[in-house]
Amino acid sequence: MTDQAASAATGAIESRSETLLHIEDIRKYFKVRSHAGTSRAEVKAVDGVTLDVRRGETLGLVGETGCGKSTLARCMARLYDLTSGKVVFEDHDISRTSRRGLRPVRRQMQMIFQDPYGSLNPRRRVGSIIGDPFAIHQIGDRKDRKGKVQELMQLVGLNPEHYNRFPNEFSGGQRQRIGVARALALQPRLIVCDEPVSALDVSIQAQVLNLLTDLQQEFGLTYVFITHDLSVVRHVSDRIAVMYLGKVVEVARTDDIFSTTRHPYTKALLSALPVPDPDAADSRERIVLTGDMPSPINPPPACRFHTRCPKAQEICSREEPPLVPVLGDDGSHLTACHFPLEVGETLRPGTVAQREGG
Amino acid sequence: MALLEVDDLHVSFDTPDGVVRAVRGVSFTVEPGQTLGIVGESGSGKSVATQSLTGLAAGAKVTGAAMFDGLDLLHASSREMRHIRGRRIGMIFQDPLSSLHPAYSVGWQIVEMIRAHEAVPRRRARERAIELLDLVRIPNARARVDDYPHQFSGGMRQRVMIAMAMALSPSLLIADEPTTALDVTVQAQVLKVMQDVQAEFGTAIILITHDLGVIAEIADEVVVMYAGQVMERARRREAFYQYHHPYTEGLLASLPARGGTRERLTPIPGSPPSLLGKLDPCPFVPRCPYVFDKCRREEPPLAPVYPGEHHLSACWLDPDRARSRESAHTDPAPDIAPVRP
Repeated sequence: MTDQAASAATGAIESRSETLLHIEDIRKYFKVRSHAGTSRAEVKAVDGVTLDVRRGETLGLVGETGCGKSTLARCMARLYDLTSGKVVFEDHDISRTSRRGLRPVRRQMQMIFQDPYGSLNPRRRVGSIIGDPFAIHQIGDRKDRKGKVQELMQLVGLNPEHYNRFPNEFSGGQRQRIGVARALALQPRLIVCDEPVSALDVSIQAQVLNLLTDLQQEFGLTYVFITHDLSVVRHVSDRIAVMYLGKVVEVARTDDIFSTTRHPYTKALLSALPVPDPDAADSRERIVLTGDMPSPINPPPACRFHTRCPKAQEICSREEPPLVPVLGDDGSHLTACHFPLEVGETLRPGTVAQREGG
Repeated sequence: MALLEVDDLHVSFDTPDGVVRAVRGVSFTVEPGQTLGIVGESGSGKSVATQSLTGLAAGAKVTGAAMFDGLDLLHASSREMRHIRGRRIGMIFQDPLSSLHPAYSVGWQIVEMIRAHEAVPRRRARERAIELLDLVRIPNARARVDDYPHQFSGGMRQRVMIAMAMALSPSLLIADEPTTALDVTVQAQVLKVMQDVQAEFGTAIILITHDLGVIAEIADEVVVMYAGQVMERARRREAFYQYHHPYTEGLLASLPARGGTRERLTPIPGSPPSLLGKLDPCPFVPRCPYVFDKCRREEPPLAPVYPGEHHLSACWLDPDRARSRESAHTDPAPDIAPVRP
């Protein structure tokens, strides 16, 4: 969506603050037992993340397995209790709100999950699954609900006559539409989409992405869109936040992330994306990072990427770089790096990483 | 001469709901040292087709012919197949954790693999295992050879699988979605290792994937499958820039990567057909934007787009569809014809 479209969509609520959701220094640690079962360790899944989600925008969260993007999303939606930090939704601090107190907030904030098979109860009819939010929040009587559910089914491109069918009678793409319909039921402001199209074939994936875009324009929805697929995130997002080992390393407008990449990790991530275009695949420089992501139980000190970073120097293992504008970027482009990349700079092979010709 | 020549392969399964015809007359060839990419969506038959070649499609009824180095794989005895699998044809699968035995060290498993086919002393086989792990860039291979699968990360396990598959330098490696479960940076490592191994041993690779990005990256030749049939076969650049079949076009148009901006995507309407019943003569008829009478009457053969050409397409449309794209491809954004509703 363009900026104009975004502001048109949110015009009605322009008077309120531009930020819909604000999170501050969120931490979420999970306790784990070591192999011996004696000493207790903690997985630092999210370790100090500050972000704003603006009204009507799509914020993409990208990163690899184990970077904490899904945990962060669940913290935003307060599906998890926070270890520390603050979640402010619609100017209300909900970081410590009780389950009961969260109920009205839940109406405003919904989630769509990756696995359309796992997130639908196979023994229940689709109509009653989509109608759940009405039942939970005690909206309307049985008859009202049926009408509303059928409207929703129509809206997401399902045949309302299939109200009485079971989830297994639908294909993967249709099941994801069921999930979307359920999320939309209460007309939320924010929808957190956790890998909503990752399990779908490309032709079906495009159908669901288009649906999400249409719904955003129609209802002025705000999305937090989590995915490991960079081409999808580039397509849907206004802004992108890149995560590595529980921290945001770079956040910027989508175009800036791709054209003015600052963080070496972002650069490596982008260069690894296979492009469905032989010319581009042949000509680009592919940076193959060596090694694997370190364990979040015992992450490297200071800059967490320094163990794999071609540009790392001594300071990187000593001092954590703040997430700030670098090299004259404006306030919309933040990078956490001591040695950010200039435009056009190539990532030179260092001691721990090597460059591979494309 | 082709290393593998598959001709009119049919695979069907008896199920309580009826006979599922998963592969319906597939033919392709693999040249020595080349990478053949087979691309298709879930249920297109791409995995079943290759599994049936190595006798791994249990309970399937398989007909057709598959000549591998002078031997018909589909009519080989199980003894002959055991000799071929692993030694002449290596295989890697999507999920490396379920392909590795959790209770044995990776070194032990590679050694067993070698000794099952060759009479070499354990010590020599172990040295070879270390060399192989080194080749697939497992750091500190000598120390890690005695580690168990759970001590490796996902990307390293897949590289261990490649090492094992390459242990007896097979002339063909079948890789079924080898990087699908992996993150992009890890995927880049694994693809690089596959290319290195290919360069070192001259192995031919059949790469099965749903990811057109991976195909663009490493395939020499591309086979596009839909509903158990081959829709199009082309060299890599032809497949992306001069594709002929509307299904190939639809797949490429669905991809968000091509434009890069936030325009609407062009999905293929509808969903793939059930393989239980009878299909239209061309299985893509219900979803094809260019469908006309002949498509519903007569099955389009997989034939050269122009007579005598390498590029094959199973479609009745005018061959010039493909040729006309040649000029368009100089544009930064390749043209994608809008799909009529």
